[in-house]
Amino acid sequence: MPVIEVTNLHKRYGDLVAVDDVTFTVEGGEIFGILGPNGAGKTTTVECVAGLRVPDGGGVSVLGLDPRRDAAPLRERVGVQLQESQLPDRLRVGEALDLYASFYRDPADPGELIDRLGLGAKRGTPYKKLSGGQKQRLSIALALVGNPEIAILDELTTGLDPQARRDTWGLIEQVRDSGVTIILVTHFMEEAERLCDRIAVIDRGRVVALDSPAGLVSRVAPEQRVRFRPSAPVDDQLFTDLPEVTAVQRTGGHLVVTGTGELLHAVTSVLARNQIVVADLRLEQSTLDDAFVELTGHRTTD
Amino acid sequence: MRAFGQILKIETKLYLRDFAAPLVTVALPLALLLVFGLIPAGRQPEAQFGDLSFIQYFAPSLLVITLAMTGVNILPTVLATYRERGVLRRLATTPASPGALLAAQLVISLVTILISALLLVVVGRLAFDVPLPRRPLGFTLALVLGTASLLALGLLVAAAARTAKAAQALAVPLFLVVMFFGGVYVPRFLLPDVLVRMGDYTPPGVQALLDAWTGTSPRPLHLAIMAAVALLAGTAAAKMFRWE
Repeated sequence: MPVIEVTNLHKRYGDLVAVDDVTFTVEGGEIFGILGPNGAGKTTTVECVAGLRVPDGGGVSVLGLDPRRDAAPLRERVGVQLQESQLPDRLRVGEALDLYASFYRDPADPGELIDRLGLGAKRGTPYKKLSGGQKQRLSIALALVGNPEIAILDELTTGLDPQARRDTWGLIEQVRDSGVTIILVTHFMEEAERLCDRIAVIDRGRVVALDSPAGLVSRVAPEQRVRFRPSAPVDDQLFTDLPEVTAVQRTGGHLVVTGTGELLHAVTSVLARNQIVVADLRLEQSTLDDAFVELTGHRTTD
Repeated sequence: MRAFGQILKIETKLYLRDFAAPLVTVALPLALLLVFGLIPAGRQPEAQFGDLSFIQYFAPSLLVITLAMTGVNILPTVLATYRERGVLRRLATTPASPGALLAAQLVISLVTILISALLLVVVGRLAFDVPLPRRPLGFTLALVLGTASLLALGLLVAAAARTAKAAQALAVPLFLVVMFFGGVYVPRFLLPDVLVRMGDYTPPGVQALLDAWTGTSPRPLHLAIMAAVALLAGTAAAKMFRWE
């Protein structure tokens, strides 16, 4: 049962087309990723879903409701974590949760939520004194305090250090396991790969692919790279003669052999036959990052 | 309604926690009243003040401090900061409306002004024999319209400025003009006549407050100007105000 249906969404700001033609559905209970480079139209898309913006064309249906016409009931059922949304400096963690809980008819227990998000010791701490990760967790808590059926989380981990990012991911999985459907906007490959059940790749206002992370990776050429540092000079020809090999590159002291099929076996056989000892041998396979580059024609910003 | 009550409660706490705000809006005018009142010469009727004592003559200007600080300094800065930091936008995603936050800020401004006005009137009366406003109705009217004109200008600044910095850039000159023509920096009897007359028509209308306090009916033109400023600035602010 889809809980969100977006059909041919179109939104422009003056002459700038932010969302050209976006269509997707989100199933209940999944983590649905919206991935794309900066300025691709991700935020505008979810803002239309959240009812914060009026689309210029196309349809949006959330839990069977129209986000503009039925704004009031939807706000009870959809929690939103906006990009770069802060709180007053002097507002304390506990106060923020209690305040936001008071807006909803059937809120979660703020105290329990604070503990669940690991902010128990920070209850009396003003917003200003929180670390980036703590602010982000508070922001998630505020999106969840209304006991929503859907949570929209925009650029959740931008600006967090790697540890805080991993902690936040664990948290999102917990939230999903409690039955909340999640839309996750991100431009981090690793985040999308780790968390999302399905991903819509958006580029220049259009959905260029929609699949599971593994499905997206399998779309790109199943290319592999064997990278190693030979102990003695090696002739490129040894490898280019192999049917599995498509290219050989040298970077620094490393050799990178690109190809398909049983590439690793072919390369190591040649090395063994010629009694070449290698160090730092590594096999690299296509990742979501490669898929992304192939789909959008450019890298993400980081 | 419940959300509004909770927002008002929290915003009041935050206002009081920001020690500087109540200090400049309420404590500062009261402290100045006490300082000038404790100087014996400040309590003597003088011909140049129309047979009023200096503190009686200066009390409306002390009220201008509260009005200017609240209306064209704190209110626009707080609102622009909330918008810039996404506080209003986040509220828009909840069942509570960002309008409730705006309303809470207005209530806090009004209560601050009311408390400061009451303190100045009552302390002036009890400590320094400054008579209570002799035209209570006219005084109330002048205070209400003066307050409305400055709050509307403050809202207009908050509506026109996209960021907190821009709000300050607009609010500071406005604040200085209001304070100057309100006779706060230089008591009005030291100003050239033309500046005093200009001050009569500058919000919040210090002359109307003085007139009503000391026994003359405030002039209808003075009051009408304040009402017009409140209406025009308020309408423009309502048209221009954006939650994000």
